[in-house]
Amino acid sequence: MAIAKRQFDAIVVGAGGSGMRAALELAEANLRVAVLSKVFPTRSHTVAAQGGVSASLGNDEPDNWHWHMYDTVKGSDYLGDQDAIEFMCRKAVEVVVELEHYGMPFDRLDNGKIYQRPFGGHTSNYGERPVKRACAAADRTGHAMLHTLYQRNVRAHTQFFVEWMALDLIRNSEGDVLGVVALEMETGEVMILQAKATLLATGGAGRIYAASTNAFINTGDGLGMAARAGIPLEDMEFWQFHPTGVAGAGVLITEGVRGEGGFLLNKNGERFMERYAPTVKDLASRDVVSRAMATEIKEGRGAGKDGDYILLKLDHLGAEVIDKRLPGIREIAKKFANVDPVTDPIPVVPTCHYQMGGIPTNYQGQVVVPDGRGGETTVRGLYAAGECSCVSVHGANRLGTNSLLDLLVFGKASGETIIADLEANSGSQQDLPKDAGDATLARLARLDSATSGETIARVGADLRRTMQLHCGVFRFPDGLAEGVRMMKDIALRSQRTFIKDKSRVFNTARVEALELDNLVETALSTMISADARKESRGAHDRSDHHERDDVNWLKHTLWFKEGNRLDYKPVKLKPLSVESFEPKARVY
Amino acid sequence: MVGREVIGAHYGWRGWLMQRVTAVVMLVYTLLLLATILKLPALDYEHWKALWERPLMRYATVLFVLSLLLHAWVGVRNIFMDYIQSTGLRLVLYVLVILALVAYGVWAVQILWGA
Amino acid sequence: MRFSIYRYNPDVDAKPRMQDYDIPLEPTDRMLLDALVRIKEHDDTFSFRRSCREGVCGSDAMNVNGKNRLACITKITEIKEPIVIRPLPGLPIIRDLIVDMSQFFKQYHSIEPYVKNETPPPERERLQSPEDRDELNGLYECILCACCSTACPSFWWNPDKFVGPAGLLWAYRFIADTRDLATNDRLDNLEDPYRLFRCHSIMNCADVCPKGLNPTAAINKIRDLMVKRAL
Repeated sequence: MAIAKRQFDAIVVGAGGSGMRAALELAEANLRVAVLSKVFPTRSHTVAAQGGVSASLGNDEPDNWHWHMYDTVKGSDYLGDQDAIEFMCRKAVEVVVELEHYGMPFDRLDNGKIYQRPFGGHTSNYGERPVKRACAAADRTGHAMLHTLYQRNVRAHTQFFVEWMALDLIRNSEGDVLGVVALEMETGEVMILQAKATLLATGGAGRIYAASTNAFINTGDGLGMAARAGIPLEDMEFWQFHPTGVAGAGVLITEGVRGEGGFLLNKNGERFMERYAPTVKDLASRDVVSRAMATEIKEGRGAGKDGDYILLKLDHLGAEVIDKRLPGIREIAKKFANVDPVTDPIPVVPTCHYQMGGIPTNYQGQVVVPDGRGGETTVRGLYAAGECSCVSVHGANRLGTNSLLDLLVFGKASGETIIADLEANSGSQQDLPKDAGDATLARLARLDSATSGETIARVGADLRRTMQLHCGVFRFPDGLAEGVRMMKDIALRSQRTFIKDKSRVFNTARVEALELDNLVETALSTMISADARKESRGAHDRSDHHERDDVNWLKHTLWFKEGNRLDYKPVKLKPLSVESFEPKARVY
Repeated sequence: MVGREVIGAHYGWRGWLMQRVTAVVMLVYTLLLLATILKLPALDYEHWKALWERPLMRYATVLFVLSLLLHAWVGVRNIFMDYIQSTGLRLVLYVLVILALVAYGVWAVQILWGA
Repeated sequence: MRFSIYRYNPDVDAKPRMQDYDIPLEPTDRMLLDALVRIKEHDDTFSFRRSCREGVCGSDAMNVNGKNRLACITKITEIKEPIVIRPLPGLPIIRDLIVDMSQFFKQYHSIEPYVKNETPPPERERLQSPEDRDELNGLYECILCACCSTACPSFWWNPDKFVGPAGLLWAYRFIADTRDLATNDRLDNLEDPYRLFRCHSIMNCADVCPKGLNPTAAINKIRDLMVKRAL
């Protein structure tokens, strides 16, 4: 069957923060760009980010990018690539100011400058005390940012393909990426979108866990596409568990609550973070706080009748501060936890939140793979930015507010790189391989013809439960080994699923089935990478190897779908212009 | 084909304001009329006739009628704009309403100064 | 739990119908969206939009027992059985609860929803006092879910000409921003018997807004500015 085809200079897959920031560069450079999104752009999950975007503006107290860089390297538990981290922290002021010029409704200080609040892991003078670095729009920073970026794209006449799902990358025999195969959800039609540059900006895949702060759409579509196209996934064992998800519901409560002065209590009313992080207490980095909370719960000091959650107290901030700085949190607490934080603490538990790993890229946004000679090489035509990418600026643990910064910096950088690359080789489109789209059509044909099998919901639920049980905050060797076996089984089961709905128009059952394929790649890569890493670093905590092991494990994992093969590559410890931050013990 | 859109008719606020101003005029007139009638020594033909022979009364009433007509015009036009999708039909209805309102106005003046 | 849900798949159905579901819920199913997801587990042909499941993305707006709501922040216990669910009123239906929102977004785009300021940007942020910033509260929080516009009779009758409450709320968000220098153009754009003056202040929009915003108040402010400018 012949597939319809359209050609563009560049395709951006995903219209969240990074995708739209990149699209803006491309559209303003007058390139023919198509932005594909499963949902209307302002519904992308960037919208749910709350607390802020970090930049060492120094609006309220002295700050500089060196301190920010140090915090980020330390926060990453030294797994972050220091060239990329320097790049990001230096660019932070520029991209945040730019966003303000686009119309972002940041809160303001009395002097009219952007309001900044403290956040976990962000300190002044290399770890001395918390610093106000998170630029915020109340507790709706992501919402304000995503809408601002969309609006700026409206101004730039960016062409959006709304409710189009990209299914697979197209690569030729040389390994160059020539575009994507995509599904228009409203009509059920499959089309090849050919381009000289394809940017994956599909966000995270937090939906591999049963308890997640992530949206339903966060199914790792870019990761699945990359994995199926033979591109490795980097550092997939590192998943951030956000300390404060609403117990039972999973909805996020921003770290900004603690930035504004809230703190965590166990059932005895003890502010236990003082024991785990004497200097910055509740504002330690997220892996540290989540582990402390899980330890409290495990050791019987959890609150509630089953002792299975921790209390987040903020009533002492007063109704005025809460309504001004944390209005969304009050709304969420009332809706999802049945408590009004003005009077009562919010029950919270560590909840899967963010994927530090992803598609390996350099800090210009180009996707890089091993060249087979011990080094690495770029994949021509393929770029990645945002949560789906692994630059790696977050290493083994991301600092709060660095994700929104990541979106802006690397969204913009990848856009600029694409423009430069297109100028450098301004040739015509390459010929598509003869079998372009065949694998995708085969996947769709299987779904259309299957008359029996397991439901998507069932396999998906098993996948999420397996990840939750075997690859959570604390990881155990037996659990991981068993988890690998189970995930391989679930991967096989996902090939034998069946959907009742065979119709064309807005078939969401089909969309969920295609998403399951991507969840499987993500989950499998996570479990296998986690099982292999025999140390504890950042968000990866193993009961049998409690310490960080810089001798053997100061390296990035690369997982290849083909044969579930693992490879490793060194961490880039050398920054662009400053001295390295050598790994040392990590105390907060 | 690209649908070109022409927007911003540069009117609308006058009608909106007119409706509010005329409403105030009508309210004031109604209250004053009630008070005047209540203050009449007796509500019989002689007093009634004398009342309507006072020029102030007649001009105030003309002002009221004018307000009523304008108010009605804006209101009815709004209803047509809401519900009548066909521009041609709407235009015809506008003309009919204008003719009717003008006729009512003329008729009102005739009544006031006729007898 | 009993539900009566609007179903229509143009691929299969000759005409729309209401389908009844009687579904046992789990104790963890607290919001209406949880129930809809549960229904879809039983019947994968049932289609609806959803994403963030916490009321910030605006995907799952629908008409529940006659009122436009977001399913994800509607507690099941708050609504009376049987729960009658229909797509948002007044927009073309693509399938089941999924409506075609093009007209709604077209109106949003028509107000030029971005800060207009052609003066050369300073090296650092443009300054804005906290008081001026406060003017944007109650405006910028809109999530474009379309609950308001599809609850507005004026938008039902003239979706092609009336901007609707959501678009007008956004229009005022930019007028109210001290960094935006195009207030005059924006008022020109809206000074039209259809674009703005179809609003008759019946306040359905404020009544249904899941974020507690008040588009009518914003519309009144735009109108006041227009009148002030003219007088």
